Amino acid sequence: MNLVLTEEQRELRDTVRSFLVAASPLPDVRRAAESESGYDPAVYRRLNGELGLAGLIVPQEYGGAGAGYAELAIVLEETGAALLPGPFLATALATILLTELGDKELLPDIAAGTTVATVALDGDRALNGAEADVVLMVDGARVRAVRGGGRTPLTTLDPTRRQARVESVAGEAVASSEAGMERVRDLFAVAVAAEQLGVLRASLDAIVAYSRIRVAFGRLIGSYQGVKHKLADMHCKLEQAESIVRNAAWAADEAPGELPLAAALAQAYVGRACFEVARDSLLLHGGIGFTWEHDAHLYYKRAKSDEVLLGPPRIHRARLADLLEL
Amino acid sequence: MDLEEYRRRARSWLEANARRSRDEDDPGADGVAAAKAFMADLYDAGYSGISWPAEWGGQGLSQAEERAFAEEAKDFTLPTYVFSIGLGMCGPTLVDLGTPGQKARHLRPLLRGEEIWCQLFSEPGAGSDVAALQTRATETEDGWVVSGQKVWTSVAQHADWGLLLTRTDVDVPKHKGLSMFVVDMHAPGVTVRPLRDMTGRAHFNEIFFDDVHIPAENLVGRVNDGWNCAVTTLLHERLSISSGVGMGGQKDNPVAFEALRHTVDTGDHLVRDQLVELYIRSRALALFNQRLAQETKAGMFPGARGSAAKLLLAELSMFQADLATSLAGPEAVAYEDDGRLAGSISLAPALSLGGGTNEIMRNIIGDRVLNLPPEPRVDKTVPFKDLKTGTRQ
Repeated sequence: MNLVLTEEQRELRDTVRSFLVAASPLPDVRRAAESESGYDPAVYRRLNGELGLAGLIVPQEYGGAGAGYAELAIVLEETGAALLPGPFLATALATILLTELGDKELLPDIAAGTTVATVALDGDRALNGAEADVVLMVDGARVRAVRGGGRTPLTTLDPTRRQARVESVAGEAVASSEAGMERVRDLFAVAVAAEQLGVLRASLDAIVAYSRIRVAFGRLIGSYQGVKHKLADMHCKLEQAESIVRNAAWAADEAPGELPLAAALAQAYVGRACFEVARDSLLLHGGIGFTWEHDAHLYYKRAKSDEVLLGPPRIHRARLADLLEL
Repeated sequence: MDLEEYRRRARSWLEANARRSRDEDDPGADGVAAAKAFMADLYDAGYSGISWPAEWGGQGLSQAEERAFAEEAKDFTLPTYVFSIGLGMCGPTLVDLGTPGQKARHLRPLLRGEEIWCQLFSEPGAGSDVAALQTRATETEDGWVVSGQKVWTSVAQHADWGLLLTRTDVDVPKHKGLSMFVVDMHAPGVTVRPLRDMTGRAHFNEIFFDDVHIPAENLVGRVNDGWNCAVTTLLHERLSISSGVGMGGQKDNPVAFEALRHTVDTGDHLVRDQLVELYIRSRALALFNQRLAQETKAGMFPGARGSAAKLLLAELSMFQADLATSLAGPEAVAYEDDGRLAGSISLAPALSLGGGTNEIMRNIIGDRVLNLPPEPRVDKTVPFKDLKTGTRQ
């Protein structure tokens, strides 16, 4: 089991982090989210070009980097922390599906960054469904790639990530298997948990920084135990969430037998922890945290949206109970 | 010898010599005699004080060998509880700060299990705030005279020596007037009284010092530098807790997930979900502990982040005993069997108090991990004699 990042993985994290800090700071996130497409294609061109992130886990024979899920988790943690708008997670989920199912047709264009893909998660609802070139529609063990068809944008709680209802029209069949789809669903759980870890970390960092500069009653608010002790508890959640995500990503790469339990745990723990930390971060900011201009609500809304992205949270707990044979 | 060979030899020695039995936290005279005999064997085999300096009786090996032996020993139950304070805290403090005379006199008998040690810091008026202690040491012609009271002292009823923190100057701020001594627990004026805790058993003691004479050469470190000495001891305490010395596993715990899943009705959906919650919390902490251990192995020292693991363990212990008794219902609290669940709920608060309370852990995490601003303090610059201490009406 490997729960600590290697030298190369730390470099990957630092590279993605410093790129996003410079290329997509929160004021830019807000501007992009309010634009017509909901994101900045120029940032994606650099992400996919300079950093090659679109092809991160795509096998090298299809033009990707052939990296593992541990690396994908590191990147999703950073795009989550940055609240990067647009179809990054959507395409990552589609790439997981296609890579696991051994697709040859779509992966080269995805790796090149010329095709934006997404997955219809429950029937016909898809992240960034209106912006995607290809929607992967899943029906039991069968998967088909749909281009065109009607796309109806939904109004979303999270201003930084769009969703759409996708019309179910005919598409090309993608090779598939039942066992393969089980694993894919577990991998989705790990990918979303990695993003949640990033959102958790960033919202904690924000309130820690604020409690070092905000004064009330003549003292920095971080010096009050009423604030300090809450932040300590939030830090404990971060430590456990990171351990759980590293373990799940390791299982995805190295221990397929352990993946189902590790993935269900990741959604059951990290999904909740992320929302709780984002919520407490917002509350500890005081009234300013409730304003539109402050960023706290962006983390809060992303955290809630992610918590229910793969279904109501109870399904992850039910899956844990089943896997533990309770 | 490479590490794998060392590990293999350690394992075969343990298989031949270690009892797979319970390590009593309150052994009788027979238990202490057996524990001393085991320590002597351990010492002769070269597995006591593995990383301690060879000139003082240790093996002079590295932390790698120390850790390898500890990992192999995890599968066995060694009867070392009565030595845990000496080996984990007092001995390492003397290695760091003791005089050559103190090291020569004390370290080898400690490692051989001939002498048992206890640690005398906390007082009724100085728990979380241990620097507020009031036990006085007054200098005389040939040493010091000590009067005062200590509390929460594990294994003191068996101890030959104690590491004692006292106040030697009341005219300076509280952290600057403390001194540390080695005290003979058999000296006239030392009274050890078992302290019955809420489980009904005596896991620790209270100690009274009435004009106890301590020879000058028993001073550890410099006069009035006792706080820095105590910080050294407490650092060793955290290291020894996190490396598993003196910590029972979850293997035989009747309220842990693995035991509970077999004793409750999982056909009930609410019960099932509560067990899931217990699994989530247990596994989350286990993975965090494994990550800290992997970081340590890789040369990254977790430092104050260990306080997060300690806080989470305390909360988990409380949560699972609470859950187990609630799931069991009335028979948890009125019983004809051995009352293991009642025992668990009675013992549950211990981890939230011992080794630093949950509130102190949160202060440490806030101050040293998150670098939050410190609380304003009224006790940093005031002479100790002008400070409020203990409980005042």
